[in-house]
Amino acid sequence: MSEIKFEEALKKLEKIVKELEEGNLSLDDSLKKYEEGIKLTSLCSKKLEGAKRKVEILVKKEGGKIESEPFKG
Amino acid sequence: MNSLRTLQEEHIFTVSELTRDIRLILENTFPKIWVEGEISNFTRHYSSDHIYFSLKDESSILPCVMFKMKNRNLKFDLKDGLQVVAGGRVSVYDKQGKYQLYVESLEPKGLGALQLAFEQLKQRLAKEGLFDPEHKKPIPVLPAKIGIVTSPTGAAIRDILNILKRRFSNLEVIINPVRVQGEGAAEEIARAIQEFNDFKNAEVLIVTRGGGSLEDLWEFNEEIVARAIYNSKIPVISAVGHEIDWTIADFVSDLRAPTPSAAAELVIGEKEKIISEVNDLLGRLNNAFLNRIEILSKELCSLKESYALRQPMNFIKQRQQELDELIQALGKSGNNFINFNTQRLAGLSGRLEGLNPLSVLSRGYSLSLLLPSKEIVKQAKILKEGDLIETKVAEGNFISEVKEIKNE
Repeated sequence: MSEIKFEEALKKLEKIVKELEEGNLSLDDSLKKYEEGIKLTSLCSKKLEGAKRKVEILVKKEGGKIESEPFKG
Repeated sequence: MNSLRTLQEEHIFTVSELTRDIRLILENTFPKIWVEGEISNFTRHYSSDHIYFSLKDESSILPCVMFKMKNRNLKFDLKDGLQVVAGGRVSVYDKQGKYQLYVESLEPKGLGALQLAFEQLKQRLAKEGLFDPEHKKPIPVLPAKIGIVTSPTGAAIRDILNILKRRFSNLEVIINPVRVQGEGAAEEIARAIQEFNDFKNAEVLIVTRGGGSLEDLWEFNEEIVARAIYNSKIPVISAVGHEIDWTIADFVSDLRAPTPSAAAELVIGEKEKIISEVNDLLGRLNNAFLNRIEILSKELCSLKESYALRQPMNFIKQRQQELDELIQALGKSGNNFINFNTQRLAGLSGRLEGLNPLSVLSRGYSLSLLLPSKEIVKQAKILKEGDLIETKVAEGNFISEVKEIKNE
């Protein structure tokens, strides 16, 4: 299953919250939307925590190769 | 006049002798001077790259030449009409019998050479469309990898990394080290931007250096840097010098930050905004859902009573069962957000049970309907003496006649 992009997930989540707030959904639909909203929130927070913290510097080696090393500021 | 006798006594110059003497006089009298005037008759010889022009004022004209060796470091473009101050020496071009100013340095009058070059390049690139707002790309909201083109030993990178460290952010930073001033630095900067584009190892670039003079910042005004930024498929944030410094790079970039620290703030700030946005949405999601369920359960009671009375158990029980199944399913997900909410949902399920009209009845409450309309009696004042009402209790129902209305 291809994951949707963060920006898309956020937009969908906003839409679901608005729909639930507008307050005309049936019980079935409310449950469905709520469940989807929770899934989207979970996805967003995963993406927010996702990256690791790393600082590297590129070093040009002989033969035109470029490598990265940790940067000691 | 006895011309023959006069001629024998005078020294007779050859043309070359006279020309040489004139040249020596001029060279000795004007070995190094400054002349101001307006450029005219400007030409550049393509083969030799020597520049020929005249300096003129209202009544006189002075032929000038600036050889390639001297003119190749000119930062600004020469054209007719430009007011300049030229430094050089006066001599004679024997072969044409004319005196010339051999120009060694040239400055625009009234404006520094660098400033004029800056204005000329800025106009030219603006006309080409390199600064067009439509071409600027949005900065990604959640970049995982940031590429920085800067000096590895400068103040800019220190400032940026300090900000990234102080805030919590989980970001990957890749530095492509370059010189940020001096001849040739522009080429390094342009190449570094190109390399990020070639290897696609960053989602946003920061091109940056600390404060300095116009000369120090000059490499960020070079055309090669402008074009590298314009052609970059990765969005570029420029942060060159102090708040008041604007370089060509700043005009071309997708976003200008007034300082390197501000650039870091721009990248992180977006992320912090997003995190609080998501938290907000989660709060609203929960509240909206729970409110909706409350309203629905109230509606269940007031709107569906008659229906529920006809099919007492099924309707409510079905809905309760669905809710329980959802809670079960969510509870299995192992996700903190969901677990927190299933507790609230379980509480709700209990409340639903309490609102079930039939469980209310089993506690001794009864429901009365005014006959013949079957309107549910919630207030005594809709009744008058003599009305017939049908009353439902937990088991069975009966019809009675109103004898007296009491108001409590």
